[in-house]
This record gives sequence, structure tokens and C-alpha cells, in this order.
Amino acid sequence: MKKILLTTFVLIFCIQTNAQDDLLNVLDNETPKDANQDIVTSTFKGTRILNGHSIENRKDKELEFIISHRFGALNLGIEELFGLDQSNIRFALEYGLNNNLTAGFGRSSFQKTYDIFLKYSLVKQRKEEHSFPFAISLFGSVAARSQKAVAGKERSFGESLSYVGQVLMARKVSASFSYQITPTYVHKNTVLKSSDPHDIFALGLGSRLKVSNRVSINGEYFINFNKTVSINSRNAMAIGVDIETGGHVFQLILSNAITMIEKSFISETTGNFFGGDIHFGFNISRTF
Amino acid sequence: MKTIYTIIICFLLANITHAQERYLTKNGSITFFSSAPMEDIKADNNQVLSIIDASNGNMAISILMKSFMFKKALMQEHFNENYVESDKYPKATFKGQILNFDTLKDTSTKAQVKGSLTIHGVSKEVTIEANITKKSDTINVEGEFFVNVADFNIKIPAVVVNNIAKKIKVSFKLNHTPYKK
Repeated sequence: MKKILLTTFVLIFCIQTNAQDDLLNVLDNETPKDANQDIVTSTFKGTRILNGHSIENRKDKELEFIISHRFGALNLGIEELFGLDQSNIRFALEYGLNNNLTAGFGRSSFQKTYDIFLKYSLVKQRKEEHSFPFAISLFGSVAARSQKAVAGKERSFGESLSYVGQVLMARKVSASFSYQITPTYVHKNTVLKSSDPHDIFALGLGSRLKVSNRVSINGEYFINFNKTVSINSRNAMAIGVDIETGGHVFQLILSNAITMIEKSFISETTGNFFGGDIHFGFNISRTF
Repeated sequence: MKTIYTIIICFLLANITHAQERYLTKNGSITFFSSAPMEDIKADNNQVLSIIDASNGNMAISILMKSFMFKKALMQEHFNENYVESDKYPKATFKGQILNFDTLKDTSTKAQVKGSLTIHGVSKEVTIEANITKKSDTINVEGEFFVNVADFNIKIPAVVVNNIAKKIKVSFKLNHTPYKK
């Protein structure tokens, strides 16, 4: 009698557990582990934090056209329409050779400079099983100044070149907050005065704070350890807003730098942000 | 000792009968299509998990949002980042029942699937019409339906109102085979 009772009990128990065994739980257990699902994406909205590069790359076979503007300083007053009469422009084409490697070609009006760069995503931030706390990208660029030199100061092509190497390290702390630390090395083949450094080390700090799904506030600061004395160079800083509208990312920027390539804004910024040498600017990118 | 045997046999019996009744797919396909004045947007997901319990017609579907592939990578990024918020809500799920499952045949037959659809953390009761083919070794479920984006608390900003449809067409094709544990 005991046995029959027990059997009945066990059978009922088995059937019950099966009924409770939720089909969705079965699917959860069957979900294949895909390492790519762990990758933290969208650390920054654009390929630039503001002036400088972010860890983000263009995706495979994507072409991005970027137009950047920096106007004159706000403290030039009403006669120069608070700097809007003056304008520096850079336009560039940037292409994703694959998901991790982007190549770019740009032209800046400042000193009529051409630049090429490569950016490679070395390590991705990951969560859960393959957890890794931050992402690392490598950046290298060459810039050639093509502006005609004044008589007596002619340069060869080689003498017009400068180089930049950066290690971009970023962490997306939460859905809304990310930061980046960017050790930077700049080398210039030619300097203005012999007392000016050919080799410049700098450290970039950048962050973004999302205020809505489509808008974020960004800040960026480059500490230059080898100041260019002859032009009294200062650290470049920038604050701005990213607005994303479908295929565009629109960045509005306030910065004491007037140029848009690394070697220039890191080592050749002269404006005093808190003295009012603030340049309004924007980056617009359109992806094809 | 006998008691223990009885218990083990009971467990085995329950599990075996159970295992034979379930049909699973790990590579079901779901496609969504948005048709708006400015552009058409299409995304494919070929890693959809779906399971059917043939004893009662119960069905469950699990969809990883990050597995939707778009033509443009930036669209895919925005889809995950701004619209369905995949980091917060990584999966869309369906849990429900195929009505009159016993009457289905080995030729494609129209049937209603009723249950709860969860997208973007919002659940909604839906009844979807599907064409189902039930054979001894496969159960194929195919069909399409429309999802009203606003029902799932997914906001379309004014600037892209002409780029994204308010109603998204969802097509599904799930070919289940017997599920062995």
C-alpha cells in the first residue's frame, strides 16, 4: 500500500515538474553562446569625441563623409559676428576596410594641410563570460602641410610632414556614461624655432554623458607635456553636444582649438578658453 | 531498493515521453520590414529559437535582438542602441499556444497562434495567423503579422518619422525538428 502511494506521488510529482518546466527556460538553455553578443557597443556615438578620435570605427565597407567647421573666437565681438566671419574647414572621407580597421583622408583649410590616418580596433570591451573592462584602439596619422612657405623658409615635402600615434583606451561604464584616456605622441619634422620640441607627448581625456537616446554631452581635454614655447601653446579643451538623427551624427562644439587634426589641436592650440578664445564649431557626418 | 527503482523508472518514463513530444529549432528566421515614404528598412535574424510542445500545442519563441542583421551597420547600431535598447532588453519572446493543434495535418493548414508577445520589455496579448505543416519529424510554422511600434513603447523621433513605419511587417519561418535533450 505504501509503495502504491509512493509511486502515485512520484508520478504526479514528475508530471507536475514537467508542466512547470517552462518552454522559454528550455530555449534559454538551448541558446548558443555567441561571443559577439558580449561585446559592448556604442561607447561613443561618433568616430570623434569632439576634436579627437574616439575608439569607434566605421563598420565594414561603410563610407563616411565628415565636414567639420571651427569659426573664429567668440571674443572677437560683433564686428566679426563673434567669430562667424572666420572659418576653418576640414572635410574628409573615412572608410571601413573591415569592422576593425578604418582609413581616412582629409583636407584642412588651416595651413592647407592634407592628412591620412588608420585606426585599428585592437581589443573590445566585453561583459559576462569573456569579460574585459575596456576597449583599446590604435591610431596613426601623417599630415602634410601644403601651404606655400615664405621666401627663405622653403621646405621640402619631407619637412612638411608630422606624425601622430595614439593609444585610445575607453570604457563604457553604463548605458549613459563612457570615458576615454588617450596617450598621444606627436612628431614634427620641422618646427618654427630651434627651442620648440620635435617630439610632443600628451594625454587626452574624454567623456560622454547621454542625456537622452539621441543626445549626449561630451567633454575633452588634452594635457600637453611638451609645450611649443614660440607660440605659447595651451592645452586643448572642448565641450559639446552630439545629436543623432538617423544616418547623421551632428556635433556642436565649443573649443579653444581652431584646427581639426591631432598634430595641430594637441600641440598648436593657443587660445585661452577661459579668456574667451572660444571657437564655435561643428562636425557633421553622413554615412553611405 | 525496489522503491528507488520505481522512482527512477518513473522519472525516466516521464522524461522520455516528454522529450519525444517537443520540437525545436535554433535557426528559425524572422524578418522585419518597415516601409516609409523616405526609405524601406529590412532586417533578418536567422538565429531564432522556437519550441513546440506537441502534446498540447504550447509554443515559445526567443529572439536575440542583436542578431538582427541590417544592410547598414549604422542602422543596426541605432536599432539596438536607441529603439529596442538591446542592452536593457536583449530578447524579444513569445509564449502561447497553437489553437486546435490536434486538427493540424501534414499539408499546410491555417491556424491561430495565441499568446503573449514581449518586445522592449512590454508584453502584449496577440493572436497571429500562421500556416502550419505538421509531420512526424517536422513542424513548420510560417506567416506574417504587423507590429505596432507604439504598443511596445518604442518611440520614433519626429526627425525620422518619414523613415520608419509605425507598423512593422514581421515575417517568420520556423522549421522545428524533434528535440532531444
